Amino acid sequence: MKLVINNNEHEVDVAPDMPLLWVLRDELNIKGPKFGCGIAMCGACTVHLNGHPIRSCSFPVSAVNGNITTIEGLGSESSLHAVQKAWLEHQVAQCGYCQSGQIMSAAALLEKNPSPSDQDIDTAMSGNLCRCGTYPRIKAAIKSAATSIHESELEITQHDSVEEV
Amino acid sequence: MGKVAKITRRTFLVGSVAIAGGAAFGFWKYKQPYKNPLLADLQDNEMALTPYVIISKHGIKVIAARAEMGQGTYTTLAAMVAEELMVDLADVEVIHGPASKAYYNAAVMEEAVPFAQVNTSALARNVREFTKVPAKFLGMQITGGSSSTADGFDKMRIAGATARDTLIEAAAIKWGVPNNQLRAQDGHIVAVNSSERESQGLSISYTDLSDFLADVELKHEPKLTPQSQWRILGKSQFRVDMLGKVTGTAEFGVDVELPNMLHATVRMNPSLGGSIRSFDAAQAEQERGVKSIFQLDNGIAVVATNTWYAFNAIKKVKVDWSDNQIPKTNQKLVELVQASFSDEHQDSRFRDEGDCEGVCNDSSETVSAEYQVPYLAHAAMEPLNATALLKEGQLTIWAGNQWPTLARSKAAEISGLDEKNIQIHTLMMGGGFGRRLEPVYIEQAIKIAQRFEGQPVKLTWTREEDTMHDHYRPMAIARFQAVMGEKSPIAIDLKTASPSVSASQMGERAGIPAMGPDLAIAQSAWDQPYAVPNYRVTGYRTPASVPVSSWRSVGASQNGFFHESMLDELAVSRNVDPLQMRLDMISHMPSRKVLEAVGELSNWGSQLPEGHGRGIAYCLSFGVPVAEVIEVANTNNGIKILNAYAAVDVGTAMDPRNIEAQVFGGLNFGLAAAMMGEITFERGIAQQSNFHNYNSIRMNQSPDFKIRILENGDKVKGIGEPATPPAAPALANAIFNATGKRIRELPMNKHVNFV
Repeated sequence: MKLVINNNEHEVDVAPDMPLLWVLRDELNIKGPKFGCGIAMCGACTVHLNGHPIRSCSFPVSAVNGNITTIEGLGSESSLHAVQKAWLEHQVAQCGYCQSGQIMSAAALLEKNPSPSDQDIDTAMSGNLCRCGTYPRIKAAIKSAATSIHESELEITQHDSVEEV
Repeated sequence: MGKVAKITRRTFLVGSVAIAGGAAFGFWKYKQPYKNPLLADLQDNEMALTPYVIISKHGIKVIAARAEMGQGTYTTLAAMVAEELMVDLADVEVIHGPASKAYYNAAVMEEAVPFAQVNTSALARNVREFTKVPAKFLGMQITGGSSSTADGFDKMRIAGATARDTLIEAAAIKWGVPNNQLRAQDGHIVAVNSSERESQGLSISYTDLSDFLADVELKHEPKLTPQSQWRILGKSQFRVDMLGKVTGTAEFGVDVELPNMLHATVRMNPSLGGSIRSFDAAQAEQERGVKSIFQLDNGIAVVATNTWYAFNAIKKVKVDWSDNQIPKTNQKLVELVQASFSDEHQDSRFRDEGDCEGVCNDSSETVSAEYQVPYLAHAAMEPLNATALLKEGQLTIWAGNQWPTLARSKAAEISGLDEKNIQIHTLMMGGGFGRRLEPVYIEQAIKIAQRFEGQPVKLTWTREEDTMHDHYRPMAIARFQAVMGEKSPIAIDLKTASPSVSASQMGERAGIPAMGPDLAIAQSAWDQPYAVPNYRVTGYRTPASVPVSSWRSVGASQNGFFHESMLDELAVSRNVDPLQMRLDMISHMPSRKVLEAVGELSNWGSQLPEGHGRGIAYCLSFGVPVAEVIEVANTNNGIKILNAYAAVDVGTAMDPRNIEAQVFGGLNFGLAAAMMGEITFERGIAQQSNFHNYNSIRMNQSPDFKIRILENGDKVKGIGEPATPPAAPALANAIFNATGKRIRELPMNKHVNFV
């Protein structure tokens, strides 16, 4: 079975009903996505399938029909994604175990909705459980990331328009 | 050989200095320091200054001998060293270090004495100090009791200062200049006089001095930097573990990857304490990836090539379980607690002032009520897991755990190996909340690894196993009768009953005999600084059944709810303002200040919109007074928690931003349990198994927070737990304020809906 994960192709030989999470973690040593519940109730395993957030603990690998992005593919220490930068700025994580999933859900939200309301954030993020209770900082970080993405897009637009002139 | 001897001698001297931080207790034997555990692992180019700092050519390492489970202890302990060592926090590498009795936690037992936390009498102080002696002899390397900051405050700073002064001494010898002409600055030793420094080029980095350190004897006790000159402590730091946690690269126990590793899971008798009669694995053994299926203790284990193959196969094993001794229904467990309000089960009565019974019996206005809270699971996000490798007489364990010395002694017992042949790597924990004090999962991993000698095996529990085989926060019931006066209560007779956490956790499982009363049973019920002329608090010990353990804030988690709901009932019975009433009852200054501060933060007393309500609660736990106000709205769909306000007094704040995180985190943890947390048992089987029926607070229910940190207390205190106890009563009192409905039983979702 072929998988494209973080723009890399992988060949795996596993049971077709194995959830994607366990292919990532135990077969490919991609450990960012975490095991929390196994029933899609906590979101610690969240990854993107073609840009959409999915709970990889309950998603059979045989049903994967596109590109997978994990936290490792979102950004790295040297080139952080805007959401990761905001997480740093707000010092969101405590134990940190759920945060890969939180960040993937937040990144997917902002991709779809660059200016989410509190209600939008609640709706998009309530599938991600955090037992440390870091929610106030998650919310603040999402708003920061939204602003920074918006600003960088403005810069690009302005830059473009200058070039056009 | 000469070098080793020198290190040992010097380590003893430095160790003596480090011990001097606690030398007030003065027993001859007590002064013998434990052997420095790092000597065994030192590379040739490394010198161990103290068990907390390593300086080598490659940099500076700080050993944070407390487990990082989210509370920020790595950062705070390292900051204490960096402060004295005159380096930036970013310039040190923080590691957990080995399991060792040298890292005993003196502060964890400090609260385990029968003196109220505000009692600073000579006797109370002496008894508290005395607890540090058994804590040391027992060598309890524990992360718990909100004690790491308090315990580390002197040890880590002295370690940093000792290292700093030793470096200065080394440079003084190297350059042949007096040590008072040199100082430490940004990771270098430099000449005090800058012109001299420039002309002679007298500057050398710590790492470049590492070669000379072994020849240096520090002859004086290093001075600690006064608080007014702190560069790092008292200021918010970037957590040393944050970058790894936002990039997915932080290594938790469950992320351990070793060559040729196998993956295992277990399924224990769901009926707690029950054993196994037989099992049939014929079908399960045919499943893909399965290596082995066998009986393990009172259950079965599956070893496979992938965790999911193990999860998948273990469900298909047919097992004949035998029953246990636990009462058959949850109602029977409730009755067991109810039946323990008797002289026979009385465990403690540390507060007994005036004549409660007389006043309550004589009054026509005696208020009485019964309160109840359920068993609770810890439900840390990372399910329990441990990796073990038994190879050539050496046992290596990788696991997140809060008590590595206990894990190591259990490992020695199981493997028959000497402790020196057992190595424990403590990894980051995806939450602890007390659960990882109990090393049963490590014991299982060792037993599994014994069958695969030479090959590492990682054991991962399913969420179901984690929820159904926890050691739970005990069910508890309180009964009170009280008489309210004009402004504050005249008499309070509070009785609180629960199974004993100490007996279950320390006695049955850790093998440390629990002596005398279990202070957890009446914790934060009897020792609150309220003045009531007739005031009695009695703890009752319910006979053991379900295994119980420390759960974030331990006994305060139930007694805060009991005591503070009771005070609210009394206040509203006479239409007295509950904040003012508490102020009228408390003279302890730091406690008054947190109450006043939370009043200000919440705009207490201002008019609220129709259908809104606010409630206040106060609790002193782990030496930290905390006051909280919750504001709710009673909507058509149920109760909406809008705002939470908290004021805490930690004595001296090490890292305000981290303290704030622990406060809203601890508060959310308390709210989650109050709203929806409950484990019930039928035939000894937990009826909740995963987040669908043991849910927690989520983004849409988490309130907005305003937090204030005060520093009026006289000692540095930890804040991992104290924000949890007032959450439930503040919420219950707010719901009463909004709806007129008094909730005396948790979880509250049995009585109201939450939106």
